[in-house]
Amino acid sequence: MEDINAENLITVIKLRHELPDSIREVNIFRNELTMTVDKKDIKRICTFLRDDDELKYDFLSDLCGLDFPGRHERFCVVYNLYSIMLNHRVRLKVFLKEEESIQSIVSVYPTANWHEREVFDMFGIRFDEHPDLRKILMPEDWEGYPLRKDYPLRGEDGENSRH
Amino acid sequence: MEKILGTDKMIINMGPQHPSTHGVLRLELEVEGETIVNVAPHIGYLHTGIEKEMESKTYHQGIVLTDRLDYLAAFSNNLAYIMAVEKLLNLDIPKRAQYIRVLLVELNRIASHLVWLATHVLDLGGISMFWYAFREREIILDIFETVSGARMTPSYFRIGGVSADLPEGFGRKVKDFIELFKSRINEYEDLITENPIWINRTKGVGVISQKDAVFLGLSGPLLRATGIKWDIRKSNPYCSYEDFDFEISCGENGDVYDRYLARMFEIRQSLRIVEQALDGMPEGSFIADAPQVVLPSKDKVLTTIEGLIRHFLIVSEGFYPPVGEVYHSIESPKGELGFYIVSDGSNKPYRVKIRPPSFVNLQALAGMAKGRLIADLVAIIGSLDIVLGEIDR
Repeated sequence: MEDINAENLITVIKLRHELPDSIREVNIFRNELTMTVDKKDIKRICTFLRDDDELKYDFLSDLCGLDFPGRHERFCVVYNLYSIMLNHRVRLKVFLKEEESIQSIVSVYPTANWHEREVFDMFGIRFDEHPDLRKILMPEDWEGYPLRKDYPLRGEDGENSRH
Repeated sequence: MEKILGTDKMIINMGPQHPSTHGVLRLELEVEGETIVNVAPHIGYLHTGIEKEMESKTYHQGIVLTDRLDYLAAFSNNLAYIMAVEKLLNLDIPKRAQYIRVLLVELNRIASHLVWLATHVLDLGGISMFWYAFREREIILDIFETVSGARMTPSYFRIGGVSADLPEGFGRKVKDFIELFKSRINEYEDLITENPIWINRTKGVGVISQKDAVFLGLSGPLLRATGIKWDIRKSNPYCSYEDFDFEISCGENGDVYDRYLARMFEIRQSLRIVEQALDGMPEGSFIADAPQVVLPSKDKVLTTIEGLIRHFLIVSEGFYPPVGEVYHSIESPKGELGFYIVSDGSNKPYRVKIRPPSFVNLQALAGMAKGRLIADLVAIIGSLDIVLGEIDR
């Protein structure tokens, strides 16, 4: 760990106080705080981080997926949160197994709607309680999840595919 | 076109080839007469798999792909990407390179806003504005061409600095442009700002509240038009933005008219920054002294064996950043443009996620357009200033 600053610490301490068992790992790299948290609590954590008066993470900058084939928990969903009012950032990471789904946070941050659709489209990760979980970038009848690591760069047809 | 039985509602497709959807955007409109009941945007027509492609390219090679995101502001995309990589490497950038970057990015902001202005006013029936704005944008593109050799896809910034020093005569060209543009922008405003037709078409149209704007993730001029003063150049200054004296735009009503005012204000501020960057341009190196990462100069490649080996290694293999992950965002003309890069220690990124402002901003369209007329929808799309290149990636 490097460059521990007060803002990062407050976020970790407050979240640990609120939900003692949900933080699995805390990491600070290049002064960016990353917390790996439990899948089941993600919606509560986001709501807490958004509404707490000292944290106020009111802005979901980005939400994306990661794929680590071969790991016990293959997929990871990453949330990049920001507070416009207090000007600080935190990154949440949630790991899940291939067949698992995760709670949608659209009700907490409406902007997550399209982001979650994109993760579903690209990785095949399902979001429970999402109001409209459809493909977003790929054609409706597309098979396969392009951003998975086992998906070939040139598509499943390889060289023959010239879309 | 499809009529829903038993009601007056109809489903109409607008796009993907429709001039006022600004690219290949398809809107599925549910209308009752002229009134919009619902809008469902369909995107992805321009999806080229840039994020996937980046995983198979070295860090240097990735720069070229970023040009194709928001092709109206390629310098901004280059900057956001290389700054994320530099953060990963913990690299210090020489002051001169930072000033060159700021200068070009701000010129690019003006060029991008000019395209917005031209097409937005054109959509609402003001054809002359289109010619004026494109006339001035042409001068900016000429400046880009003298710097990088390309007008739209410069790939001029490098990890560690910029690819070459500014060419001779650059300062003169930019100065001429600033002098010319100072009066031209006044002409634009004379034409539009108090034009009764313009006001009728834009005031009170496409309103979004502050709270909705934040929760929907809006950024850039769209967010500032609602009255929230958030500009990453001020809140988290990067690239020496703290050295420059400028103000950030701010509206209050969050309607199409305020977005127009916000962007016009930004054009003027960008002009101020360009002027300051040019006048205060520091001497010194245009690229960092980091032989592991930065390509050696041509002179060294041709005359020294170390330079030759270094050049070969960086071109064929690239470099190996530490294991880690970074998110870096900048204020692009459209809003918060972020790059999230995960490195596994190899010479290629494990994952690059782009946070395109247009993708997020477009989500707000349905809320803004519901209950309004189709003609208003055209005004609202114009005011969102989307570029499908970065939405679909």
